[in-house]
Amino acid sequence: MVKWTEEERCIIRGVWEKVDIDEVGAQLWARALIVYPWIERYFGTFGDTFTTTAILNNPKLAALGKIVLAALDTAVKNMDNVKGAYASLSRVHYEKIKVDPEHFRLLAECITISIACKLKAELSPQVLSTWQKFLSAVVEAMSSQYK
Amino acid sequence: MSLSAKDKKTVKTFWAKVSSNGEAIGADALSRMLVVYPQTKTYFSHWKDLSPGSAPVVKHGATVMAGVADAVAKIDDLTSGLLSLSELHAFTLRVDPSNFKILSHNILVVLAIMFPTDFTPEVHVAMDKFLAAVARALSEKYR
Repeated sequence: MVKWTEEERCIIRGVWEKVDIDEVGAQLWARALIVYPWIERYFGTFGDTFTTTAILNNPKLAALGKIVLAALDTAVKNMDNVKGAYASLSRVHYEKIKVDPEHFRLLAECITISIACKLKAELSPQVLSTWQKFLSAVVEAMSSQYK
Repeated sequence: MSLSAKDKKTVKTFWAKVSSNGEAIGADALSRMLVVYPQTKTYFSHWKDLSPGSAPVVKHGATVMAGVADAVAKIDDLTSGLLSLSELHAFTLRVDPSNFKILSHNILVVLAIMFPTDFTPEVHVAMDKFLAAVARALSEKYR
């Protein structure tokens, strides 16, 4: 179980408050697919995900981005037991969708970069460090059922 | 961290000794990888049986080690030598490149198990560097 100080909780909530799920979510997967094109392997049913233009305008990707960030909201609200909160989500990603957990790390990277675009200098080294500690806990929780 | 002349010589000499066991090495390495790193199973959902020593695992282990043997032969220019393999992994298989390190580790473990006296620290470092160079060449076409 990850331990959070009061200051860390404040920082994580502070960052998350500034994230507009619709805005950031809509472009999240576009960024991920453009930066890490090999994750396209999961998106066979998403229509055109092969050119930058198609990726940037794909409605299914935009919708999925919002779903992912809504799930991240759950993690923010369950910071003290992300592992428990994400157990069934982890199982689904392992058993049904068969996602390589490395890709949780890659998506977390894209989330952080998107937030950096929004928060700019507010994402100080200290804030960044805490935010990444939180995302690591999320990634670990998502990987927890891979047995 | 490029391969020195000494590294290449060490790899070729060691490989000459062990290559006849290529299939066994591959089968064991792949079997171990699937057990120790269960996340790697996500790439093999099309196999009926992922247990150690199963038919698809043995067959694929042989395929992988044939690739390694090919890489030894092309050790002087891995990037161009492994170009089509890189394209295969990048565009068709779409294996996350982080997994190359995982499989390399398992190959090294099996080499140590099977050839404890030959797998000296000098051979270990040369093989580790070589497998890392192979991984780099395989990653070439990804983006």
